[in-house]
Amino acid sequence: MPTLDRKVLRDVRSHGGQVLAIAAVIGSGVATLVMSLSTLDSLHAARERFYQERRFAHAFAALKRAPDGVAQRLAEVPGVLRVETRVLAPVNLEVPGFGEPITGQMISLPTQPRDGLNLPLVIRGRAADPARDDEVLLSDAFAQAHGLAPGATLQAVISGRRQRLRVTGIAVSPEHVLQMAPAAVFPDFERFALLWMHRRPLAAAYDMEGAFNHASLQVARGAVLEDVLARVDHLLRPYGGIDAHGREDQPSHRYLSEEFKQLRQMAIMFPTIFLAVAAFLLNVVVGRLIQTQRDQIAALKAFGYSNLQVGLHYLKIVLVIGALGGVIGVALGGWMGSGMFDMYMQYYRFPDARFQLQPALALAGVLISCGASALGTLVAVRRAVVLPPAEAMRPEPPARFGVSLVERLGLGRVLSPAARMVVRNLAKRPARTGLSALGIAFSCAILMVSSFFWDTMQHVMFVQFRLVQRDDITVTLLEPTSWRARHEVARLPGVTHVEAFRAAPVRLRHGHRTYRTVVLGLEEGAALRRLIDGELRSVDLPPDGLVLTGHLAREILGVGVGDLVTVEVLEGRRQVRHVPVVALVEEFIGVSGYMTLPALNRLLGEGDALTGLHLTVAPGAEGAVFRAIDERPRVAGAQSRHAALASFERTMAEQMLTFAFFNTILASSIALGVVYNAARIALAERGRELASLRVLGLTRGEISAILLGELAVLTLAAVPLGWGVGLGLCWILSQTMQMDLFRLPFVVEPRTFAFASLTVLVAATGSGLLVRRQLDRLDLVAVLKTRE
Amino acid sequence: MTEPPREAVFVARALTKVYDMGEVQVHALRGVDLELYAGEMVVLLGASGSGKSTLLNILGGLDTATSGQVLYRDHDLTRADDGALTAYRRDHVGFVFQFYNLIPSLTARENVAIVTEIARAPMRPEEALALVGLAERMDHFPSQLSGGEQQRVAIARAIAKRPDVLLCDEPTGALDSSTGVLVLEALERINRELGATTALITHNAGIADMADRVIRISDGHIIDVQRHATKKAPRELSW
Repeated sequence: MPTLDRKVLRDVRSHGGQVLAIAAVIGSGVATLVMSLSTLDSLHAARERFYQERRFAHAFAALKRAPDGVAQRLAEVPGVLRVETRVLAPVNLEVPGFGEPITGQMISLPTQPRDGLNLPLVIRGRAADPARDDEVLLSDAFAQAHGLAPGATLQAVISGRRQRLRVTGIAVSPEHVLQMAPAAVFPDFERFALLWMHRRPLAAAYDMEGAFNHASLQVARGAVLEDVLARVDHLLRPYGGIDAHGREDQPSHRYLSEEFKQLRQMAIMFPTIFLAVAAFLLNVVVGRLIQTQRDQIAALKAFGYSNLQVGLHYLKIVLVIGALGGVIGVALGGWMGSGMFDMYMQYYRFPDARFQLQPALALAGVLISCGASALGTLVAVRRAVVLPPAEAMRPEPPARFGVSLVERLGLGRVLSPAARMVVRNLAKRPARTGLSALGIAFSCAILMVSSFFWDTMQHVMFVQFRLVQRDDITVTLLEPTSWRARHEVARLPGVTHVEAFRAAPVRLRHGHRTYRTVVLGLEEGAALRRLIDGELRSVDLPPDGLVLTGHLAREILGVGVGDLVTVEVLEGRRQVRHVPVVALVEEFIGVSGYMTLPALNRLLGEGDALTGLHLTVAPGAEGAVFRAIDERPRVAGAQSRHAALASFERTMAEQMLTFAFFNTILASSIALGVVYNAARIALAERGRELASLRVLGLTRGEISAILLGELAVLTLAAVPLGWGVGLGLCWILSQTMQMDLFRLPFVVEPRTFAFASLTVLVAATGSGLLVRRQLDRLDLVAVLKTRE
Repeated sequence: MTEPPREAVFVARALTKVYDMGEVQVHALRGVDLELYAGEMVVLLGASGSGKSTLLNILGGLDTATSGQVLYRDHDLTRADDGALTAYRRDHVGFVFQFYNLIPSLTARENVAIVTEIARAPMRPEEALALVGLAERMDHFPSQLSGGEQQRVAIARAIAKRPDVLLCDEPTGALDSSTGVLVLEALERINRELGATTALITHNAGIADMADRVIRISDGHIIDVQRHATKKAPRELSW
């Protein structure tokens, strides 16, 4: 090894603490990058493999009932390669020992498995026997939530008839990577099951023999999906077809896609911040190194090393640190990625998902790390390159100090000499002081981001489950039903209040923008489902016109109050009407339209009807009411608000906390890295003067106060700056998290400020104490003897 | 006394150097004419600030003159660019500095090796260290060596490439006299055995007696050149 390279290693080793601190910051940046991208890679690969192997369809259409012969006509639509018709049916289930209502969806198994689409894969047990009428495959997530294995039996209520089902196998399906109820916003594995049954017994149970109510299509490469969907829509309209749609409107697929989008955003924002801070730290540390090695640089040049060789030498030091950070980052990122991936696997069910860290990504991580390090230190390294050897031979001229601004403002008189040293030292290098403060501020800001997620989720939950949904139980009926159902339910023992609603699937259109959603018709003066505006005030439904979720109006349709929206009803008589938007409401989960129930029924042109009920029940009566409701044949499902809240909390909390935990570790590394390096450099620069002061009789405590005072001022100035930066980052995040499924409001609670500030202060104090120990060991004689 | 014809290694003519220090201009050299001959040992004597270090730096290709001309054999150092100066230093010059300028993170042997690795026909680092009497301490780091030992490592480093010229800036400036003698003995031996033209800067007149010629510099001018018929050995010097 060339001797100069040996110096690289020794220099790196002799700055061990600082090198590690910087490598940790670089590593954190690379880790967030590797974590996000490796998780994304793994999920993406698992999805593509699963979709291909189990032939996930490209288009889907639900309908009321069509004779089997229609399948052939679907297959003849240009661009359609393959058609799979099925019978889908809602089911109510009971699991022994689980008192709460469970809804499920029965799905018919392909009659020709070799040609079928959306093929479920049996991961445990065996396939259902076509000759047996009671055998089913059960969805993996539900089975796991209840500890059910092949051989278990379930009680099902199918079309009002009780039936025993035997589970022969546990299955996953590309159509249900996220196993979630059709209208739900978040998965609830305990309360929703998917059951696959052979077509013949399922059709018999639901009176669908010789007919189907769902079609999946495989579309040829190159065919225009919109054209295919339009033709399918047209073809199925006489059979009660409800809006054919592509994968992007398929719930499971859409969830995954949104997740991918978030991971991609995370892979840009956080690494950028971390690497920028690391680059700055490196610039300061390497700049200082070059300054202290002026005489060595001079000697090297005097002996004939070229500027390029000297520059490369310092660049190598930077690259060693960068590579070290890169390796730490890749290892840490791989570990966190596999943690994230495992967490995702609790929700997304793939048959053979493996976390994979692609060698190319690992290599990219190290290269990005080295690149950012080199870029950050170009200025410092350039100084070594251009340093004229004759000048380098002389010690650096003493730094020019002046009277600081603080003193010029007249505060000088109240400052002690020690305090003046602190102020002048900070003021001497305003750029470095400013960037150090900014680095600490970013650490504070990233910590705020972790805590912000918690704040905003709490706010979403509060708004959704306390202000908006105020019922105890939401009952969904199989199809539009007469007002009588409301009276029947109101008479059930334990029910204290009932309000009816009607949900109608619609396509909203404004100009060329369209969106498929649901219009919810609520009773006038409804109290169990409130609408609220941006200031959390209750909004009364105007007697006529359409109320829209703000996000739907503004971002998706581009309409405001007073504009006309075309409402295409996707069921029944398929009315098309122009309706004025009369108000906007704010909600964070899902998007929909609202009307009064009479207005919606007028729009539908079907007379008074309802499709669901909101109830409140007397304390302790929930179980009995559930049982009574479950037995009614027209009930599709009943959901408890408390259970929904719990499920939401669990899903989100787990994801957010995993993320926040990793984030806190990483953000703390910035605070530690910046403060520790600032302290070490201050010590290196002032060791001599501090030792002189010790010789003159100052105590250890007094000189510590000078050095640590500088860090304290820096940190305390950085924290409020960090609040500003943090609010900015949180705002950016809340803006990027404006999705159809849910939106994060910009809500930052005081505890977020407190948590971030405290963590920064703890990290800063820790760094200060580390340096204080070195200050105590300052060798007075040696410091004075050496040349500056 | 007639002088034998000698080969001039350096020829400087009307050399000036002005440092621009912002508000003031410092004239370090004010028209210096000078020859250095092959194999001789020259002491440049002058008070601090007299311009002797500036002269040495220009001869060594570390600095460039403001005006005038310096020739090293057939190289015009005043017209050389940075790359040419680097190559000149690499191939021909050995430096010894007042504060040694060793690299603290490298051992004595490595401090020498760092130069031999880029030289054309160097001796082995061990050989160079043996020449200055440090064969036993080759694997010590600078912090483990005394000042005199550090300076001898610096000399070993300077001579390991078998330089044509050896330029020493106050090589004993930071040393006590008995240690200084050891260092000067090393320099004298190198000059004698390798035949390198040696220029030694000092403000200490006592050292001048070991030189073939003594050039006195004051305020940027050469004020006196003195030739010694007989040189003293370093041990006989007193300062």
